[in-house]
Amino acid sequence: MTTKLFGQRVPRVEDPRLVSGQGRYLDDLGHDALAVAFVRSPHAHARITDIDVTAALDVDGLVAIYTYDDLDGRMAEPLPLLIPHPTLTQGRTPYPLANGEVNHVGEAIAMVVATDRYVAEDAAGLIEVSYDFLPPVVGVEAAREAVDLVHEDVPGNVAATYMQETGDAAATIAAAALRARLQLSIERSASMPMEGKGVHARWDDDDKSLLVNTSTQTSTSVRQAIAAKLSLPVDRVEVVTPDVGGGFGVKIMHPWPEEVLVPWAAIRLGAPVKWVEDRREHFISSAHERGQLHEVEFGYDEDGVLLGLSVEFWHDHGAYTPYGLIVPIITSTQLLGPYKPRAYRVEFHSLYTNTVIVTPYRGAGRPQGCFVMERVMDYIARDLDLDRAVVRERNFIQPDEMPYDHGLIFQDGRPLIYDSGDFPASMAMLKSLVGWDEFVAQRDAARREGRRVGIGLACYVEGTGVGPYEGGHVRVETDGTVVVSTGLTTQGQGHQTMLAQIVGDELGVPVDRVRVTTGDTRRFKYAVGTFASRTAVMSGSAVALTARKVRAKALRIAADALEASVDDLEIVDGRVQVKGSPSAQIDLSTVAVLSNPLRYAFDDAARRATQFAGRADPTKPPVDPGDEPGLEGTDYYSPTQSTFANGMHAVIVETDPETAEIKILRYCVVHDCGTVINPMIVEGQVHGGVAQGVGGALYERMEYDASGQLVNASFMDFLMPYASEVPSIEIDHLQTPSPLNPLGVKGAGEAGVIPGSAAIASAIEDAEGFPITAMPISPSELFALRAEHPAPSRRAP
Amino acid sequence: MKPAPFDYHRPGSVAEAVETLAATGGKVLAGGQSLVPIMSMRLAAPVALVDINRLPGLSEIEVDGGRVRIGALVRHRQLEQHEAAYAANPLLRRALSQVAHPTIRNRGTTVGSLVHADPAAEMPAVLALLDGSVGVVGKTAGERTIAAADFFVGPLESALQSDDLAVTATFPTPPAGTGSSWIELARRHGDYAMVGVGALVRLVDGAVESARVSLISVGLTPVVVEVTETCAGAPYDRVDWQAAQDAIVAAIEPEGDIHASAQYREHLARVLSARALQQALDDGAAKEAA
Repeated sequence: MTTKLFGQRVPRVEDPRLVSGQGRYLDDLGHDALAVAFVRSPHAHARITDIDVTAALDVDGLVAIYTYDDLDGRMAEPLPLLIPHPTLTQGRTPYPLANGEVNHVGEAIAMVVATDRYVAEDAAGLIEVSYDFLPPVVGVEAAREAVDLVHEDVPGNVAATYMQETGDAAATIAAAALRARLQLSIERSASMPMEGKGVHARWDDDDKSLLVNTSTQTSTSVRQAIAAKLSLPVDRVEVVTPDVGGGFGVKIMHPWPEEVLVPWAAIRLGAPVKWVEDRREHFISSAHERGQLHEVEFGYDEDGVLLGLSVEFWHDHGAYTPYGLIVPIITSTQLLGPYKPRAYRVEFHSLYTNTVIVTPYRGAGRPQGCFVMERVMDYIARDLDLDRAVVRERNFIQPDEMPYDHGLIFQDGRPLIYDSGDFPASMAMLKSLVGWDEFVAQRDAARREGRRVGIGLACYVEGTGVGPYEGGHVRVETDGTVVVSTGLTTQGQGHQTMLAQIVGDELGVPVDRVRVTTGDTRRFKYAVGTFASRTAVMSGSAVALTARKVRAKALRIAADALEASVDDLEIVDGRVQVKGSPSAQIDLSTVAVLSNPLRYAFDDAARRATQFAGRADPTKPPVDPGDEPGLEGTDYYSPTQSTFANGMHAVIVETDPETAEIKILRYCVVHDCGTVINPMIVEGQVHGGVAQGVGGALYERMEYDASGQLVNASFMDFLMPYASEVPSIEIDHLQTPSPLNPLGVKGAGEAGVIPGSAAIASAIEDAEGFPITAMPISPSELFALRAEHPAPSRRAP
Repeated sequence: MKPAPFDYHRPGSVAEAVETLAATGGKVLAGGQSLVPIMSMRLAAPVALVDINRLPGLSEIEVDGGRVRIGALVRHRQLEQHEAAYAANPLLRRALSQVAHPTIRNRGTTVGSLVHADPAAEMPAVLALLDGSVGVVGKTAGERTIAAADFFVGPLESALQSDDLAVTATFPTPPAGTGSSWIELARRHGDYAMVGVGALVRLVDGAVESARVSLISVGLTPVVVEVTETCAGAPYDRVDWQAAQDAIVAAIEPEGDIHASAQYREHLARVLSARALQQALDDGAAKEAA
């Protein structure tokens, strides 16, 4: 038997290329293309009274300037509202270029096309836009007060209000022995991929076809969106993603204005056109996430069992709602984590503000929900003087309660039913990994030395592998290469390796014989995209099912050639052989040759498949009825519901008693994503997620001033953690396989980021002795909190 | 993020560089670590750049008994790693190791940083703490030396005129028995400090003879505070910095920004000053013992 690849630490096949500068990103394409720069609004809220391009027209190298008035057909309509929801009664989306009004700093007003980007920026700088200023609405509280409106026809700035309830939360809380209220908030951050967005479009006027490269997380849907917007037949549009330097959610949003404007201009100008987003543009015109204010009321008993939970929260949705209500719906449902309150009511209000739009960023509403639930758990523990881990254990859903139906509707419109997980086992693993039970003695010893250390923990459950489906295509070439294609896209996660491991196992070939293509609509037309930690679950399952079909066909052809029974055959190292007598064997490459009867012999392999060679039963057609030439197959995986991964983090921090610096001493992760395909890749995903979790907890925030200017729109002032700020991460895996898919896998991509703010807040609270109710927290803010909580009022250590 | 059009000049001598600056009204390009980003963001659009990187004789570090003198093309990293400069004045390396990141120090020049006069930058504060000076050649004002105390005029504003080229910086070596230190606190490693403090403490016969500090990010320029009066004569193992801290806090004017409130900066200035003074004292005591 070939060494099993599934579950092994197979080195990433994409790395030698990516780390040696051989990657091919959007800006590596189209060196001769015309370049685009945008005139973007410097104001958060204004009516455009005039756009004067006169001065720009003299710039040498200028090709075209477009404003809203130039847009025709469906391009003159607002961009689509991608994910409608019955409660999103006041959905608003922007126009590709502003139509008389701007609603956030950075909204595109004019598109400048020139011979290169320098010239395009020169010309853009000479376009004069006149404005009538409108009052900006910045922040959740201003939006909620609604003294001013973002969209004058949307009362109260409310895009949607959505409520779900199981049981009677109000009555359950009222009847509880103990009750409390908390107000909890999380600030904005953003995906911040190393590579921003970018679009390159070529129009073939003879063929009347369009080829678009875009740095996206969904090529198939961008293709459909471009065809729709540009009124082109879908079969005349192809979208190919080059290497993508990170997405983290911001590139699942589509079509971005630039994704339709660049192809539109390429057709109009009959020339290739390219736009590459710069960092400032990314800050002010891509998407943010996380900003939410939560009011929480809960009732519990003396044992620390959470009885009733009622959460109302206000979601800062930014200026428009093109991605629907996905983020707040996820918060509202995933907030429950591994716990089972008897009654739960959640109501959210999606509010417009004059800021950059909000769409999912890795974790997608879960970090906020986890923060809320875990603050509640810590509150109960503190109030009852119970161990925080014990309180959690008393509230866990038990393994024998799986599948567990929460009685709510999840983001995919399907019931929120957990399929698997063993939360008590995960907690036991985490406590052992971090040394939970020993920590109190360590903490007290540190305190005697004048040091402040604290431990925190947080648990989450993550719905992953959201449908509706993904597909795979697998073909064995006549040289024995296995080519695999799936329609979703890749942004550096290691999909090529992971999918090659799955296919390699099914077809009995080594990883280096498998070539994987993603995100190329010329190769695979039907797909959804890369988001919701779904690639291993969805495309992994799809290519596994496909490879099994191809394997069955290979065995059938080989059985014929070897005059053996299919049941007696196995595939080892790329050869089909009779079990127990490996001398009777045939190369998979030869099977591929035999699968495709030929008339023409264009090479040595082909000669073996021509009509005067190979099988020559003149009574049968060369291709049997119902069969197809070629050793290939296509299949799809479509689950009834999402699969639910989970994890628990524990973190030890030290805070400086004088300077209020916050230092992470240890960061421990227990992670359950079901069966692990490649532990190294999963750990890499967790590491990256934790780094973003640390960023969201201690460093990152979007600093909008009252006028709606983003004052820290650069990497100098928006503080993503460096390697020097990210702790070394200790990981243990628990594997509870999902019963929902053929591989038993659950998603792993977003996991690491989810409990960061919750766990770190818990640890700081433990070190300092007063509650932490808002994240992120900086040393300056911790210093201010200390002043509000003078030592005597703090909980005794 | 592409700069606006500009002319580019690469003079072959200091005299030609100064002539070119006068003729074009251009900006000097040395390491480019501050200038190029702000040009790319179009926050600055100089009509011309005068690239001094090929000027001869400006890449030298001279160390003699009384000073460390560096040319305008000496990179931060070059000075940081210079053993003779470290032996003469360890404060230089201590502060330089906190200037941004190694990749930036590889290109950025120390004299360029002085001329940029950022009140959050380390090396202007070090020059001020040491009572150093900048050697200048100008078309209008000619060749001269400007003392640190006169050099830093305001935030991002030095005493240089538009046709001046800073050619050297001189860091005097503190007298024997002087310990030094540099401490700063930044949000992330290598960021501009929320507060940074350099300290010099001189010990004579086991007692404090003099002490002074220089702070960054708490005023419009580096803030030098002489604190000798608060601690002179104290035996080295029994120095109380309380009065020095009070004097320092009285001398600074911190402002709040998105990274740190004014109150927090004041608090940090107090805490870090005591730490820096103590470290400098310990450093001086170790030297005296050796």
